[in-house]
Amino acid sequence: MADRISIYIDKKEYFTTEDKTILEAAQENGVYIPTLCHLPETESSTSCRICTVMVNGRPLTACSTPVGEGMEIDNSTTQITEWRKSVLEIMFTEGNHFCPSCEKSGNCRLQALAYRYQIMAPQFPYQFNEREIDATNDKIIQDHNRCIICKRCVRAIKDEHGRSFFAFIDRGHKLRVRLDRKLGKELTDELAEAAMEVCPVGSILVREKGFETPIGQRKYDLERIGADIEQNGQMKNHE
Amino acid sequence: MTQHELKIICEKNHFDRHSLMDILHEIHDHQGFTTEEDIRILSENLKISEIDLRQTISFYHFFACSSRGKYTIYLNNSAISNLKGREEIEKVFIEEGGCVKNGVSPDGLIGLYETPCIGMSDQEPAALINGRIFTNLTAFRAKELLHNMKKGLPLEDMYTTVYGDGRNAHPEMKSIVRNNIRRVGPLLRPSEKMQVLKNQVSQMSPEQVLEQVKLAELRGRGGAGFPTGLKWQFCRMAEGKKKYVFCNADEGEPGTFKDRVLLTEKPEDIIEGMIIAGYAIGAQEGVLYLRYEYKYMKNYLEYIIQTLREEGFLGKNPAGIKGFSFDMRIQLGAGSYVCGEESALIESTEGKRGEPRSRPPFPVEKGYLGYPTVVNNVETFCAAVKIVQFGGDWYNSLGTDESKGTKLVSVSGDCRYPGIYELEWGFTMRDVLEMVGAKETRAVQMGGPSGELVNKHQFDRILCYSDLATGGSIMIFDRRRNVIEDVVVNFMEFFINESCGSCVPCRNIPKLLKEKLDKILSGKGTSQDLADMERWGAMMKINRCGLGHTAAHPILSSLKNFRSHYERKLRKHTDFISDVDLLEASKEAAEYTNREPVI
Amino acid sequence: MNKPVVATASLAGCFGCHMSLLDIDERLVELIDLVEFNKSPIDDIKKFTKDVDIGLIEGGCCNTENVEVLKEFRKKCKTLISLGECAIMGGLPALRNDITVSECLAEAYLDGPTTVNEHRILPNDEELPIILNKVYPCHEVVKMDYFLPGCPPSADLIWEALVALITGEEKEIPYALIKYD
Repeated sequence: MADRISIYIDKKEYFTTEDKTILEAAQENGVYIPTLCHLPETESSTSCRICTVMVNGRPLTACSTPVGEGMEIDNSTTQITEWRKSVLEIMFTEGNHFCPSCEKSGNCRLQALAYRYQIMAPQFPYQFNEREIDATNDKIIQDHNRCIICKRCVRAIKDEHGRSFFAFIDRGHKLRVRLDRKLGKELTDELAEAAMEVCPVGSILVREKGFETPIGQRKYDLERIGADIEQNGQMKNHE
Repeated sequence: MTQHELKIICEKNHFDRHSLMDILHEIHDHQGFTTEEDIRILSENLKISEIDLRQTISFYHFFACSSRGKYTIYLNNSAISNLKGREEIEKVFIEEGGCVKNGVSPDGLIGLYETPCIGMSDQEPAALINGRIFTNLTAFRAKELLHNMKKGLPLEDMYTTVYGDGRNAHPEMKSIVRNNIRRVGPLLRPSEKMQVLKNQVSQMSPEQVLEQVKLAELRGRGGAGFPTGLKWQFCRMAEGKKKYVFCNADEGEPGTFKDRVLLTEKPEDIIEGMIIAGYAIGAQEGVLYLRYEYKYMKNYLEYIIQTLREEGFLGKNPAGIKGFSFDMRIQLGAGSYVCGEESALIESTEGKRGEPRSRPPFPVEKGYLGYPTVVNNVETFCAAVKIVQFGGDWYNSLGTDESKGTKLVSVSGDCRYPGIYELEWGFTMRDVLEMVGAKETRAVQMGGPSGELVNKHQFDRILCYSDLATGGSIMIFDRRRNVIEDVVVNFMEFFINESCGSCVPCRNIPKLLKEKLDKILSGKGTSQDLADMERWGAMMKINRCGLGHTAAHPILSSLKNFRSHYERKLRKHTDFISDVDLLEASKEAAEYTNREPVI
Repeated sequence: MNKPVVATASLAGCFGCHMSLLDIDERLVELIDLVEFNKSPIDDIKKFTKDVDIGLIEGGCCNTENVEVLKEFRKKCKTLISLGECAIMGGLPALRNDITVSECLAEAYLDGPTTVNEHRILPNDEELPIILNKVYPCHEVVKMDYFLPGCPPSADLIWEALVALITGEEKEIPYALIKYD
């Protein structure tokens, strides 16, 4: 059993154990820290940077940084909020995100975070990069317009020998996620479903699925992302 | 390659995916690129998916999936190369050689590609042709080279100068590179092979060695400046069945070439330093990660390693030290600046794309293959040898209060004597400029593109970690040069090309900043654009690694130190000018429908 | 006191945002009391007759006329608002942004599967605006002051925003009102 320690998030004291990351400690205490590329059970990718918090004046990703006794964490300064909004705005302008026609709209984590942070229009210029839609696979369609290159599918979707179905290709601003053509043929229904599930946006879609939930009843239509974590926190406080 | 040939290569590498870099290098040495069929066969042999293989191949500048010509010219496109006349050379290759920029000539004979700094800033323009270095290129030399290529001559017959000085002429190296050593100190003075290991280390405990390094207050010489003693101590304390010592010879910061000279003239010292580090931390194995651009040294370095092995300095009980064994190998890189970051370098050595890891855990706890690993710069190992030889106290007495010892700097650009200078920390910029014969200097880039662009009012600043820090690069620009056009633009392009692309800000912000620069240079910039650049640039500090943290520095530091150069170009009395050029935007449809575009 | 003046226009949009404005239902009566409309499809005034306080722009800029109208709005309006996804990011018309305009024209007028154009005539009357190479978000063409996202923005969002602007009181917008679809 790991030792119980106390940490401070936005000057408020919380208790946790030292085997936790900042993100885990915050979540169990009902403090919401936004995440996008983070995927519990897989090695953290720390590529989206949206969970950045300030620890002793240094920006660190909450999903990968372990807590320490007495650690002072800033999670809601103006600076941090500005950075998080910027990360989201970059994603909206880097890809081509046509929310009104997207199957994932209403259930999309990127969109949900932008709602939470009340982004009305991005400060960055739209890139309108040419991105392809790969419909060569029998089970899934990969729409690169919507891919935010979070690496979740690369990390999570593997076959029984541990071989990756998805991988990064190229580098820098040309970086893309690609599906292995050959291995892709062996994609089972379960894995295809899992790939769609693991994709935080509408980039991986299982064929003949989408628009299943009516507007108004989708995941983030009425309740903002992170509300569940915050409610748990409030309940805990009442106890 | 045939299935059989590939299988033999895989077998030699124990069908281990971690040896992918070596496997790919062998294929490239054989035929210049990896074919679809090669990828299929490798995928079967190494039991990884084809897309996983492509992930590694597509990351590196010098790996290819299609032919890059019988002769492949990688012409350096650094800012220094530009001011020494790169453009003229490129023009000759294109106009007289039928080359295509970043492609292969239609006859498939010559490929011409741009490449970032190849570590020859003191003898630019320079190019890498089929792994060999050609320096001090002129239009005439370029024509000669084209002529020889068309005749089908082997590369070694194309040299028209004698081999370089010192050990550049070593039979295992035979390169025309010159050392240009201009000022020597303890590191560059002649030394006797492995005498510190024999005479001192053999009499010391690992703790005593560590103690001396800590006493010296040596800091990492690659640029980041982490205390070496502390790094070694962390690794020594870390638990692991095995431990590794890595020498970072991925000298990629544009304008730096001091490691090139150390690798040429002092390989025994570097190796001795690695053995000492291995002794101090309890490591048995070492890896020297050599950047691809220095491939011309690989045979030579391997020869040195083999000789040392035969002389009993590597392997079991080096120099007769009981209870200790240490051996090493070379890992060749394949063209990626970010692999100079220690965890990316480890990833690369494991046969993967060179993406910096998220930390913690740090390499000293979990490094190569998960084992505790110390990664130090070439120069750091050389310094460690001198520290053990003459004592931490002695080393600590050199330099300034907080920057101890000497530093090798690589000076290039507009000056009389470009080359390597070994300096005690504490000289002013003005001293350096005088030493190297620089006149009418407008700007000095300290520490490469990731460092700071210094203006002439700052020449009294001091070379040390707390003021003008440098991993070794000093690039000088005189008043003929435009700070934005000749320097900042080039550096930003460098970072755009070298980002691994993983972190959202690093993948996008440099490109967005470059677009802002273009806007300002086209006369459409406003004060709002400068404010945006500063705000966006500041966001780079949330990236994962050092490249990401510093990739906006060319803009941020020039905005700070050369602001008037920007302000001169701005449109006054407005804070908004549209990026949309209506004439340009309506041109295509107008032409297609036979109409005049709208102005 | 004079009532604040409002003007509206639909550029490369579908008039859905205007429909959403009408969707404020009985509050329309209230709105008429609060503001005076100038150039707008709502009152069918075609030309500005005076300077305007609030301009609402639906749709992005897909042709030269859109740019012209938008620039005129910028000149005449104290406060200019991007209304809806198309104004903010080009919206569905911008789906063509990674296709060249020549290809788009060819598909529409020459080679499309449902196109009958015997003489292969492309619309090129001088009266017609010229299509731009891309659909541009309004704020990349002129400076925009506020943005109301949605496809369309909900009637409640438009109402809340207008009231806030007219009264000058800042308002917290409920979570459910800001949507991109």
